[in-house]
Amino acid sequence: MSEQKLRTKSQDNLILKIIVYIVCIFLSILSIMPFWIMAVNSTRASADVQSHPIAFWFSTHLMDNFKVFEGKTFEPITGFINSAIISVSATILAIYFSCLTAYAVTAYEWKLRDGFFKFIMAVMMIPAQCTMIGFFQMVYKMGMANNLLMLILPSIAAPSMVFFMRQYLQSSLSMEIVQSARIDGAGEFRTFNSIVLPIMKPAIATQAIFTFVGNWNNLFTPMVLLTKADKYTMPIMVSLLRGDIYKTEYGSIYLGVSLTVLPLIVVYLLLSKYIVAGVALGSVKG
Amino acid sequence: MNNKKSVSYTKYGYIFSIPFVLAFLVFQLYPVLYTVVIGFTDLQGVATTEFHFLKNPLENFIKILSTNGAGSFRLSLRNTILLWGLNFVPQISLALLLTAWFTDTRTTIKGQGLFKVLFYMPNIITAASVAILFGALLSYPQGPLNSLIGSFRGDDYKAINFLANKNFTRFIVAFIQFWMWYGNTMVMLIAGVIGISPEIFEAAEIDGANRRQTFFKVTIPCIRTILLYVLVTSMIGGLNMFDIPKLIADGGPDGATGTTALYIYKQAFSGGYMYNKAAAASIIMFVIIMLLSMLLFYILRDKDEEALKKAIKREKKAANARR
Repeated sequence: MSEQKLRTKSQDNLILKIIVYIVCIFLSILSIMPFWIMAVNSTRASADVQSHPIAFWFSTHLMDNFKVFEGKTFEPITGFINSAIISVSATILAIYFSCLTAYAVTAYEWKLRDGFFKFIMAVMMIPAQCTMIGFFQMVYKMGMANNLLMLILPSIAAPSMVFFMRQYLQSSLSMEIVQSARIDGAGEFRTFNSIVLPIMKPAIATQAIFTFVGNWNNLFTPMVLLTKADKYTMPIMVSLLRGDIYKTEYGSIYLGVSLTVLPLIVVYLLLSKYIVAGVALGSVKG
Repeated sequence: MNNKKSVSYTKYGYIFSIPFVLAFLVFQLYPVLYTVVIGFTDLQGVATTEFHFLKNPLENFIKILSTNGAGSFRLSLRNTILLWGLNFVPQISLALLLTAWFTDTRTTIKGQGLFKVLFYMPNIITAASVAILFGALLSYPQGPLNSLIGSFRGDDYKAINFLANKNFTRFIVAFIQFWMWYGNTMVMLIAGVIGISPEIFEAAEIDGANRRQTFFKVTIPCIRTILLYVLVTSMIGGLNMFDIPKLIADGGPDGATGTTALYIYKQAFSGGYMYNKAAAASIIMFVIIMLLSMLLFYILRDKDEEALKKAIKREKKAANARR
């Protein structure tokens, strides 16, 4: 009797496992399929894509599709450079100043500290959409509408990153190290740069990836501020592919999307271990 | 000597916070206040920055809240909530199911690492690119999805213009959001379950709890906080939905996928120049999001610290009473 029970149990296990694998493989295909069709179609001639939209292997019309972009609005290289300038600078500023602020609220006892930290938590979630009208008017008055600095400098104040950096510092910074640096005669600023920052490397690595990706993928703010084509970022460039001039250039649309997506996929697959581990540390989601 | 040792480092706390505070004041606080002010004025038109306060300060709010129909604020708020719900319910359900499977101590699933990497992948890709890609996949009359359905249905299949259909476009926006975010939610939930002490699961198994009982009676109560965190952050993120609805069908057809963020954008930046109306809409969204963040703040509060503070208070009270 009990043996039979055991056998049905292991049978149940086997059935469950089969279901789990079927669902997981289906979801994996769902994750890969759109990008696979995209990559393949970007190498096929527009006429072929139109008559047989799905193909599983590459063709030879990559360069033809690329030539379509010449002299038109979609300029992948300009977009890439602008996005890189914004994302790299914004990430560096956000990381450095968030660490500095987090250190200020962890290592020092000051009167307004707790109030300041509570304030940071309260404003952590204010999204760009809610402040955009005032921000745009301010930038417009200053005459800085097409200046990339307006997309970079705001990242100095990144409340949610300060919050997570503080959580990290609280668990990993021992004040004894700071004390001994003081005894050795190091100034407070130098202590931060040469002792505290290296301690924070693991937290910096994950936060840097997500900040970079967030800035790279941002569409709303650049779309509002940037009106000159030579300042467009990658997401704005992609959005231009909806336009009428590309309506029949099926292969080129897929190629344009590929140019923005494939670099991200490559980087993601290389860093996936850190990225997936870092997700749980928190980020605003949709 | 003694005096020098107790030199106060307090000022560095202030000094190191200065860059953050300055950037915050200039790029966040000032724009928020400015937006609030604009919400009560007549600021409209190309290249205008001058404005006057309205006689009836609430005029903009009344205007946007009283209009109905395609492209109105009320419809876009309804759309935003509908699209969020349509994406969140399946998203959290699937994420919970996968979490239950991946963290089950009785059956180990091989290849978990790879599955996690693949499920999370859409989340890292530029939403704008994803929208354009799905737009191409759904294209009409010749597109990958149409041809896929056609290959099942045979020659007499008539291609569907998916993005001309209100409900289908809503469904596809919700699906893309779901597809981009369920991996993220799953990874967060799994991290929460891993944080539970394994002894609790052992105890449950010894007590004869089956898989379902263990999951609903042990796992879910233990990851309550993370579930709430996921819920609230997802609501805030959902209220900002912009890229996908904007680039899939530009809020259409007939305003069916117009979200509040898209409403603000369209009023102010794509031909309308109605800065005052957009600002009024921003204020309403701001209030909703602030309430949600307060909820999040309450969820994330340090419970131990709170208990300690309460205990200290009680002690003090008791001491006072004794005196």
